[in-house]
Amino acid sequence: MKSSDGMRPDPSPDGDPWADIRDGVRKLCARFPGSYWQVLDRDRMYPEAFVAALTEAGYLACLIPEKYGGAGLPVAAAVAVLEEIHRSGGNGAACHAQMYMMGALLRHGSEAQKQRYLPDVAAGKLRLQAFGVTEPNAGSDTLGLQTRADRDGDSYVINGQKIWTSRAEHSDLMLLLARTAPADSVAKRTDGLSLFLVDMAEALQAGLTIRPIRTMLNHATTEVFFKDLRIPSTARIGEDGKGFRYILDGMNAERILVAAECIGDARFFIDRAVAYAGERVVFGRPIGQNQGVQFPIARAYAETEAADLMVQRAARRFDSALSCGPESNMAKLLAADASWHAAECCLQTHGGFGFAEEYDIERKFRETRLYQVAPVSTNLILGYIGQHVLGLPRSY
Amino acid sequence: MKILVAVKRVIDFNVRIRVLPDGSGVETDNVKMSMNPFDEIAVEEAIRLKEAGTASEVIAVSIGPARCQETIRTALAFGCDRGIHVETDQPPEPLAVAKLLAGVVAAEDPGLVILGKQAIDDDCNQTGQMLAALLGWPQGTFASELVIGDGVFDVTREIDGGLETISVNAPAVVTTDLRLNEPRYPSLPGIMKAKRKPIEARTPADYGIDVTPRLETVSVAEPPPRPPGRMLDSAAELVNILREEKGVL
Repeated sequence: MKSSDGMRPDPSPDGDPWADIRDGVRKLCARFPGSYWQVLDRDRMYPEAFVAALTEAGYLACLIPEKYGGAGLPVAAAVAVLEEIHRSGGNGAACHAQMYMMGALLRHGSEAQKQRYLPDVAAGKLRLQAFGVTEPNAGSDTLGLQTRADRDGDSYVINGQKIWTSRAEHSDLMLLLARTAPADSVAKRTDGLSLFLVDMAEALQAGLTIRPIRTMLNHATTEVFFKDLRIPSTARIGEDGKGFRYILDGMNAERILVAAECIGDARFFIDRAVAYAGERVVFGRPIGQNQGVQFPIARAYAETEAADLMVQRAARRFDSALSCGPESNMAKLLAADASWHAAECCLQTHGGFGFAEEYDIERKFRETRLYQVAPVSTNLILGYIGQHVLGLPRSY
Repeated sequence: MKILVAVKRVIDFNVRIRVLPDGSGVETDNVKMSMNPFDEIAVEEAIRLKEAGTASEVIAVSIGPARCQETIRTALAFGCDRGIHVETDQPPEPLAVAKLLAGVVAAEDPGLVILGKQAIDDDCNQTGQMLAALLGWPQGTFASELVIGDGVFDVTREIDGGLETISVNAPAVVTTDLRLNEPRYPSLPGIMKAKRKPIEARTPADYGIDVTPRLETVSVAEPPPRPPGRMLDSAAELVNILREEKGVL
């Protein structure tokens, strides 16, 4: 099995400012072939060795400013890193949050908080990659969340439950969004939520319980329960009641980076589909000569290239500190669709072999399906575009 | 001790090579290029010697078109200290490369030159040996182990049927075989630092070397296509074919 026939245009053409980073990531990923991911997938294990290698090589600290020990690169560089991980057949979802979750701390934390945590996050000594937002009764409707943080002197006492909290068992710190004022007591709908940085090791001794959820893919997701968990008030990021605003710009970064993973997935599927269609001979000719096989691959390629343009545009706007809500959402929508269509055509091109675990295609197929739903579902994006970009009536 | 490492930009080892229709060479437009894998091993060995405190400075030199600078940057990202790029329109032939490297050696005075044993594009396996001859230095080719002693390098060489260890006096030329080491992958800080490391721009004229080709390529052709295999039902059938059809038994 080949990853690429290498004769299509080099994905890092002249002038790609991240060509050297892409090359470095490819070399690293070459040490973690499909067989590595297959075993993890079978046993639902966390890719410790891969995450350690990526951390040690500094890639997960690419967005952290140099003064805190990172590389101080723009989101466009993180896009290149995650795309290459996914194109290689790997999965960055195990650790991508370590790249961007620190953004809330960086932009809204106190200098003391930044000094205390960011250098260790940059060095990989602390993993900050769990985000406690979604609840059983508040999924896409974030403002409906019910987990409470009640002020008690110098502490907050947390009670409630979160679900689909990815990587909670593999994080030292959790970013937690909880209600500090009842929804009916605040002037603005978006007020009343506060953002906290929870020390997981301490919390696990004091009222936090993590329960893993087995899913159709190896994603290390969990549900977490808070029972009278007492955390110091110094764990709060920014002002009381303003937490929702603090997570919004982080969500744009997350959408751009997940879109980059989708582009990587799509290119993985297209690479594999092209290679197989070119060498698999049935009825005396390569199956790629049949338009029924060839055209879906060509269409998936065109869709992927178009989606990539939107990802690049969203990243450029994010890095120029321009508003990028519409672009980030559209990038996520288009890239997730491109990867899903490429997954479908790759599986179909491979016929029965696509279902065999050793080809990696069924695994990647399951993995990329997630992005129709997470971190924001396709319908929510369409609703956002309809309401906020096109000015149509609010649908939900 | 300074170490000079020669790095060549070649078609990436993953790429399926295509011969140009006129048979004059192979397709290189829009083809992914990388550092010759044997040269990566040379870079890795030099950096390990520097990390061990044996080498004081590692200089990467590449000879060829402008984009060879990317190959030098890769070497710098691995940890080389600085680069030298001798720019030519085309990658020169091994003798011209060896002469240019001898010029760089004269200017830099390294105690050790490490090269890949051959480049994966033309498989010449000549440059290291020619360079040693031009310099009048000893050579340790196909190294699978390199031990730096006091004024002496012990080079374990992969030869037919086993290993041979030779001692050569410093300064010397060493060429790398596949099993000398496993090259690292570059770190992000390494890549970022590489952007700020200096690359000296040179031309063959700086060294007074004429790089005009002396060889003429008569033709380049694809290997003949492999005939399709046959599935046989039994060992008896195989024996029969080998005896009756092929006449080998």
